Amino acid sequence: MTPLPAYLLLSSLLFSIGLAGALTRRNAILVLLGIELMLNAANLNFIAFWRYGMEPEAITGIMFVIFSIAVAAAEAAVGLALIISIYRHYKTVNLDKVDELKG
Amino acid sequence: MPWIVQNLWLIPALPLAAAAAIAVTKRPHRRFAAAMTIGTMAFSFLLALCAFAHTLNRGATGEITRQVFNFDWFQMGGDTVQLGWVLDPLTAVMLVMVSFVSLLIFIYSTGYMAHDGNFTRFFCFLSLFAAAMLGVVIANSLLLFFICWELVGLSSYLLIGFWYHKPSAAAAAKKAFITTRIGDVVFFLGMLWLYSQAHTLLFYDNAGNGCLENSTLSRMVGLTTTGGMMVTTGIGLLIFCGAAGKSGQVPLHVWLPDAMEGPTPVSALIHAATMVAAGVFLIARVYPILDPGVAGVTGGSTAALTVVAWVGAVTAVFAACIAVAQTDIKRILAYSTVSQLGFMMLGLGVGGVAVGMFHLITHAFFKALLFLGAGSVIHGCHEEQDIRKMGGVRKYMPVTFAAYAVGMMALSGVPIFFSGFWSKDEILHAAHRWPVSSVPFYLGVFGALLTAFYMTRQMFYVFAGTNRGGSEAHGEHAGHAHEPHESPAVMTIPLVILAVFAVVLGFFGTPAWPWFQNYLTGEHAASGLGELFRPDILFTLSLSTAVVAAGLWLGWRLYGRDPIQPAGEPDVLERPDHPVMHDVFTWLKHKLYVDELYEATIIRFNAWCARACSGLDQYCWNSLVMLAGYLVVGLSWVNRAFDEFVINLGFDAGCGGVGLGGRLLSRLQTGRVQDYLRVIGVALAALALFLMWGCSAS
Repeated sequence: MTPLPAYLLLSSLLFSIGLAGALTRRNAILVLLGIELMLNAANLNFIAFWRYGMEPEAITGIMFVIFSIAVAAAEAAVGLALIISIYRHYKTVNLDKVDELKG
Repeated sequence: MPWIVQNLWLIPALPLAAAAAIAVTKRPHRRFAAAMTIGTMAFSFLLALCAFAHTLNRGATGEITRQVFNFDWFQMGGDTVQLGWVLDPLTAVMLVMVSFVSLLIFIYSTGYMAHDGNFTRFFCFLSLFAAAMLGVVIANSLLLFFICWELVGLSSYLLIGFWYHKPSAAAAAKKAFITTRIGDVVFFLGMLWLYSQAHTLLFYDNAGNGCLENSTLSRMVGLTTTGGMMVTTGIGLLIFCGAAGKSGQVPLHVWLPDAMEGPTPVSALIHAATMVAAGVFLIARVYPILDPGVAGVTGGSTAALTVVAWVGAVTAVFAACIAVAQTDIKRILAYSTVSQLGFMMLGLGVGGVAVGMFHLITHAFFKALLFLGAGSVIHGCHEEQDIRKMGGVRKYMPVTFAAYAVGMMALSGVPIFFSGFWSKDEILHAAHRWPVSSVPFYLGVFGALLTAFYMTRQMFYVFAGTNRGGSEAHGEHAGHAHEPHESPAVMTIPLVILAVFAVVLGFFGTPAWPWFQNYLTGEHAASGLGELFRPDILFTLSLSTAVVAAGLWLGWRLYGRDPIQPAGEPDVLERPDHPVMHDVFTWLKHKLYVDELYEATIIRFNAWCARACSGLDQYCWNSLVMLAGYLVVGLSWVNRAFDEFVINLGFDAGCGGVGLGGRLLSRLQTGRVQDYLRVIGVALAALALFLMWGCSAS
């Protein structure tokens, strides 16, 4: 018996928490945090599937995750920069107030 | 080809150029206008003299000189329309007469019109008129003839209506134009007929194929038309209608007396020398059509000439009768012109070209003299034209009186010394020998009697007795200012020159020395004093002498013996103690009611036709047009309704639908990122569920 289902359960829990946070929070930073959580859930899935998959020797899974983390870091930086510029523009980070694209 | 023949066109072209130049000058340039007109006319006169001298040379066999210059005008289908000019004795003598008389009248006009504001315009029209008439004279093609003929009509219209601010002058101009036009339409028909038969309108052709020449005429003589009438007769009669319109023959004479509304020099020009002469000249020109025998064609009919002679004779008497009862000095002369034109037509009809043309030439001079004399009298009497208000003018205007007396005696035909005697006598002589009927001869004799009578009457009214003018109108205060005065030299000198010619010309055509007739026809008639005493000639000579004497005596008996009544009183012949005379005189005074007759018949018929046409227009064509209009309007209404309610509404509905869709869809676009994320989440969950369910199902 491998612990894979437990990992998957953990990662889906993590994803759900992240999704719930991203959907319910009004604060842009908390939404970003939720998104990071969902991203990490996906990373956890990668690791779990790699570790308990067909070829645990290959380093493709870990490489993927390292790339993903790097991209997430960069994305977090871009997201924070966007949030700062939104804040500068609207004087708020409440996402309900930022709805200029509505039809 | 001699220089003069080649350049004959210069004669009418010079006055035409003068008219064009004057037309573009400003009104105050009077001196320029008069100088241009008179100068070019003098030059034309000199050229005409050259042409005349050229025609004096006879050919080797003694026939007359006839040289033509033709050129192509334009091509019409397969035919070439040719124009040209001809120089023969007929043309030459008319050229000299027209240019000389016109020249004198122009010189006279500078005096007569000196105070008129439209001096330059007057001279422009005069030049145009003379140019047109000279064009008529030189034309070698009936087409060119017709063009110039119409130009004569146009300029006579302009000149008669020169004082267009007078309604009577405007009406007279219109009457002249329309009446002559009636003749011209018929003339035009004749021209077309001639063209269809002869295939050319050239009078003379270098190849001998002109419509007046032997080859063409002998081809046409064989043809007959409806009723067995010869084609040449038909054409001749149609052309004669044009001549009758222009030359004021009955029944188209009505315009001529009314045309006296123009300035007097115009009357002299139009009604003595040029315009009315054009009709007579036309007949003289196309004489070979009327009498093919002249061109050496046998078997032709002279029926048309018979008509010409009858119309001429009737006109001569008819107009002379009316002239007896007129009181306007110019109107008397106008009717005498009509009467003399009748004589000319009679002469052409019974005697030939030379007889009619001789009277035309002599008449041109003495009638121009009479009209200019009348103008001088009118000018001197302060624009008074009623002879009843004149009288005693002899005292005040001796030169005018002398010249006028010469003209009057020439017109009456006082024997031996005056040209009118010889030319009229020749007509009577020809009429006497006419084999068809002797009635025209008696009509002519009666006309001559009346001529002498009415001219004597006019002389006594105008020149004898005491002046009846100013005293009545202005009472005692009239004084000397309103007495008649002699006209300036520029007006009297032309009178004197014309008077000389009115005497001299007669001697060129006496039976004793028929130079003029020989010159025109190329024959050699016998000459010598003995001719005068041939029985038939002596008979007409003595008869016309007696007739003239009777006319003069009658005139003296009625008007000269007792002093003439004051202006308001009726005429001697009008007195109620002679009921018959009185009625006749009243009839004559009203010009035999010809105008009224035309008013009641032709003009009323014309007005009725116009009304009928107008009614047809108004009710028939108008309603058709309106119907079509309404149809179109109705159709466009339908069209518009379709546009508005189908196309527009459909389009609007489409737009509305798109807009609604857009509005509905734009609701989805909340602008909130989390909403989108929510949708993505739900979709992800749904996808996951689907995959799970789908996988487990498979």
